[in-house]
Amino acid sequence: MYGALWRALPGPVWVRLIIVLVLVAAVIYALFTWVFPLVQELVPVPDVTVEE
Amino acid sequence: MATTGDRRSARRERAAKRRRITVLGVFGELSITAGVLIFLFLFWQLWFNDLVVRAEQNTAAEDFAQSLIEAAGEDQSPAPSEEPADPAAPPAGTTAGDAEEFGVLTIPRFGDDYHAKIAGGVTRPRTLNPIGIGHYLTTQAPGEVGNFAVAGHRTTYGKPLNQIANLRVGDAIVVQTAEGWYTYRFRTLEYVTPSASDVLNPVPQADGVEATDRLITLTSCSPMYSAAERIIAYGVFESFTPITDAPPASLELGG
Repeated sequence: MYGALWRALPGPVWVRLIIVLVLVAAVIYALFTWVFPLVQELVPVPDVTVEE
Repeated sequence: MATTGDRRSARRERAAKRRRITVLGVFGELSITAGVLIFLFLFWQLWFNDLVVRAEQNTAAEDFAQSLIEAAGEDQSPAPSEEPADPAAPPAGTTAGDAEEFGVLTIPRFGDDYHAKIAGGVTRPRTLNPIGIGHYLTTQAPGEVGNFAVAGHRTTYGKPLNQIANLRVGDAIVVQTAEGWYTYRFRTLEYVTPSASDVLNPVPQADGVEATDRLITLTSCSPMYSAAERIIAYGVFESFTPITDAPPASLELGG
């Protein structure tokens, strides 16, 4: 899967490497900015209050 | 020559075999990706986002504290009575309804730039997650005889009470409202079950006793990352500084 992606990229190795790094950075940015804040709402966080 | 050709074609064949996408191969790569994503999320939730949100909350709380001072400077209408405010019997602080911000919590032990906004209510979606510290609406106001009880996250969402277990006896816990600064001194920690709501009583853990002291109670989760118990920090009221005066020394560590 990732091998196919690597071969689909144009250019010599260093160009492909730069493209891959940019793609990874973009994915991480999208996750941090939009996806994880939404996921966080679904993940239970310990209660901090006391109640009956 | 024939041998070189054979070798070449064999190499090509092997390369082709490597390139073939198999179900198992894709499954494996997806599994690795899922693992990496989970670690990335934990890194984001437990470290990166907390740094970002903590910094945002510090700044927002500092701005809010400044706006409280400025609002008091503009609004001189309630002529300050000539009798000096008795630091031992302060006016009750203004509190607010659910999710409405009314004050700033400063605990120098938590760091030089530590400030957290206080709002009414202790629901996570409305107060604790987006704002920071929440005031138990059934408890008393800052400076009032009784118990000013608040809650805050110890992990995630900017973790305003992350360092609650680092408090030392005598550490300042300062609550700023529109009236001024209420300095409390940390006295003791306690670990209770989640249903121990009597820590919120005017006299904590006592029923039907008339309060004579002014206390502050902080509640958070314990142990960290768990909901098994609650950690409770109590402080006793020490002094009140009117908003028109200079900020008290208790806002700095050692003050």
